[in-house]
Amino acid sequence: MTAFGMRPPAPGEESPPELLSPDTVVDLARERAESQVDEVLDALDTELVGLAPVKTRIRQIAALLLVDRVRARFGLEAARPSLHMCFTGSPGTGKTTVAVRLAELLHRLGYLRKGHLVSVTRDDLVGQYVGHTAPKTKEVLKRAMGGVLFIDEAYYLYRAENERDYGQEAIEILLQVMENQRDDVVVVLAGYADRMDSFFSSNPGMSSRIAHHIDFPDYDTAELEEIGLLMLAREGYGLADETGPVFRSYIELRREQPRFANARSIRNAIERARLRHASRLMATAAKVDLAALTTLRPEDFRASRVFAGG
Amino acid sequence: MGRWSAGVIPYAEMGYWRPDYVPKDSDILAAFRITPQPGVPPEEAGAAVAGESSTATWTVVWTDRLTSYENYQAKCYRVEPVPGADDQFIAYIAYDLDLFEEGSIANLTSSIIGNVFGFKALKALRLEDMRIPTHYVKTFQGPAHGIVMEREYLAKFGRPLLGATVKPKLGLSARNYGRVVYEALRGGLDFTKDDENINSQPFMRWRDRFLYCMEGVTKAQAASGEIKGHYLNVTAGTMEDMYERAEFAKQLGSVVIMIDLTIGYTAIQSMAKWARANGVLLHLHRAGHSTYTRQKSHGVSFRVIAKWMRLAGIDHLHAGTVVGKLEGDPYTVAGFYDTLRKDKIEADPRKGLYFDQEWASMPGVMPVASGGIHAGQMHQLLHYLDEDVILQFGGGTIGHPMGIAAGAAANRVALEAMIKARNEGRDFLQEGPDILRAAAKHSRELDVALATWGDITFTYASTDTPDVLETPVVS
Amino acid sequence: MRITQGTFSYLPDLTDEEITLQIAYALDNGWPCSIEYTDDPHPRNSYWEMWGLPMFDLKDPAGVLMELNECRRTFPNHYVRLNTYDARYGRQTTALQFIVQRPANEPGFRLTRQETADRQVRYTMHAYATDRPEGERY
Repeated sequence: MTAFGMRPPAPGEESPPELLSPDTVVDLARERAESQVDEVLDALDTELVGLAPVKTRIRQIAALLLVDRVRARFGLEAARPSLHMCFTGSPGTGKTTVAVRLAELLHRLGYLRKGHLVSVTRDDLVGQYVGHTAPKTKEVLKRAMGGVLFIDEAYYLYRAENERDYGQEAIEILLQVMENQRDDVVVVLAGYADRMDSFFSSNPGMSSRIAHHIDFPDYDTAELEEIGLLMLAREGYGLADETGPVFRSYIELRREQPRFANARSIRNAIERARLRHASRLMATAAKVDLAALTTLRPEDFRASRVFAGG
Repeated sequence: MGRWSAGVIPYAEMGYWRPDYVPKDSDILAAFRITPQPGVPPEEAGAAVAGESSTATWTVVWTDRLTSYENYQAKCYRVEPVPGADDQFIAYIAYDLDLFEEGSIANLTSSIIGNVFGFKALKALRLEDMRIPTHYVKTFQGPAHGIVMEREYLAKFGRPLLGATVKPKLGLSARNYGRVVYEALRGGLDFTKDDENINSQPFMRWRDRFLYCMEGVTKAQAASGEIKGHYLNVTAGTMEDMYERAEFAKQLGSVVIMIDLTIGYTAIQSMAKWARANGVLLHLHRAGHSTYTRQKSHGVSFRVIAKWMRLAGIDHLHAGTVVGKLEGDPYTVAGFYDTLRKDKIEADPRKGLYFDQEWASMPGVMPVASGGIHAGQMHQLLHYLDEDVILQFGGGTIGHPMGIAAGAAANRVALEAMIKARNEGRDFLQEGPDILRAAAKHSRELDVALATWGDITFTYASTDTPDVLETPVVS
Repeated sequence: MRITQGTFSYLPDLTDEEITLQIAYALDNGWPCSIEYTDDPHPRNSYWEMWGLPMFDLKDPAGVLMELNECRRTFPNHYVRLNTYDARYGRQTTALQFIVQRPANEPGFRLTRQETADRQVRYTMHAYATDRPEGERY
């Protein structure tokens, strides 16, 4: 009996994409506009206060990728650059936010197919018993494919004190995918700079696959104040004139205290001030106007333990 | 003259015209297209239809007063002029659920279309659509298996199924007939089919046909590793004969049997019950329907027949092709397909759907597109009919110059190439001919099929079209 | 012979790029993918072995392809198929299924006929491959 309809394609039926001739002139500005990277970079600028060195690095990467794309159209050998990165810095310095924008940026430049961010920690990758880790890590990798895998406090994957720790297995699977499927996923490791350094020194394989190290500096008081005002404005609050100095001194005091987490601490302070503001209104005012509902007063901050020297 | 005075009084005054009536969720609703005789007001005509399809007789009877008659009166609650047809109106009539026996298409139809179609005050009458309330839907068995179960049973997913009717319709001996079945199935079709008038004639008795067809089916299954079927038509003169034939088909391992619409609603319901109990798919050929479905002013719309048949419990029903040789305006056919396949259907005048219809999870019926279609139309068929459909290429398989199996393969290659292109996100309706030509590079069978039938179209205006828009004929 | 189960068996075997497009179609529809393999291709063998669980919540086809390649590497002579599943209310069944690997040599099926009375024949389909034990068939 004959089989039907399954003759393989004749060779040479598919033609390769056409290259630009050497004397072509490409309008770089138009390439840039068409890729819509500027929207993402602008969003990064307005969303995040300060972080000048970080923003510069992201702009450089965007420029490289855009130019690479144009070069490729002339047939210039442009091996896909490694895009795995390491973000170091204290908590609350904007690492996750930058990672979200980075994913979007790489998507618009055609380096990631989807541009979503999957954010995980050790617990999402490492299992509890033999044979548990590989499926867990793969599951996470599969979900991250087409986007960015963001591993927060990545150094917890490695436990020097226990050589049979399952974290090692997760690291090996990650390395394999980071090497072989660079088109499919970009991995960002994040955490404190010092711990990340020692992680890399015990995992040279990981270190060699990270192309970009970006350091997120702590914010200074003025930046934190700006961040705070931005957060307040987004939620429809403002500070009374006399609250400004109180807020500033709150920030100065808080920075000196333990477990300070930059923008995240400011966010928490504002949440608590909102609680006090609401309680104050309920306790003192029978009627309120818009101003009362939207204005935080000095006492809303001053009641904080921070001022008690604690 | 009072309501109960002896004699003849207008239906409207007897309570059958109730413009203030708000239909209950449990009412059965019907939309009739009425063409009153000259001088008969549309409201009176609508009321007359309501009356004659429920409690009324031509004169006042005092025995009505022994009943709570208002419950049993059908109520014409709205009459609308038909755009573009001065003498036609759509009358909306509500029937209380009490009027009908549970789970009986025969009873439902005896009421709704029993007497009223010959009524003299009307020049013509057509039942356009019905809303079957869930309360009543739930009293029917519904499809013996339904679309989902059929796909799982056959292990065929994500593409239309392919079939062909054995040709010539009449005269083949059983042994020759089985040859066509084998060739078409091994070539790549999923089903072959008896035609509606293949029952048990002198040139081929049913039992011989069943034996040879199943030899062809099983041999093709072994040759392909796929489940295949032949719709063995068990239509016969009595229920006893039909049961005997169905039992034999089951015993031979057939996955499907077939009946004709001509056997009647009760026989269809009986066979549906049998099909569910015996794990055999039930194919219905709508033989004879055009006698009452085709003309726009008189008869019963096919969408109503489709609704009744889903309730009655069949698994397959012929529902039009849009592009083939038989009647079928694209929007009207879309209305038939929705009625068979969807669970919740919204009223849509473009598709001739007058009411919302809720099927309450009753499984869908697989529509069958058959009649004058060929591989060169694959992109149009997929566009108009979508995935849950059986495409039947009778002539388009058996008439292939390289033979029946080659014809079958051509259809299968065309179908799979089109599904692949659609899934890849291509504009397959526009690029259809290119997609087919590209696929034909790897399939001489398809290449020859395209060369043979590529340009054949059937461009006649449809007669059964919606009122609300001009519909171009698809070629 | 060539077993023609699954959609696309009548086309030249799909390349990884073509498979990726089909996976993308499934993911865009919100259908999780799963991979199954077997060395018993009888059409009534409903339950091929599962290569892991269905892959829920994926955004990009690369993850599915990664598993698919691993399955093909592990079972280079088995049939491997890709399923996509539609969990929508009223559907809740496989949406698309196609073979993505088949053994180099497919011996097919033997049709056994048992003659009985009244000219009736009882048919049994037997995959030649299953003459040998599981795992040694292709």
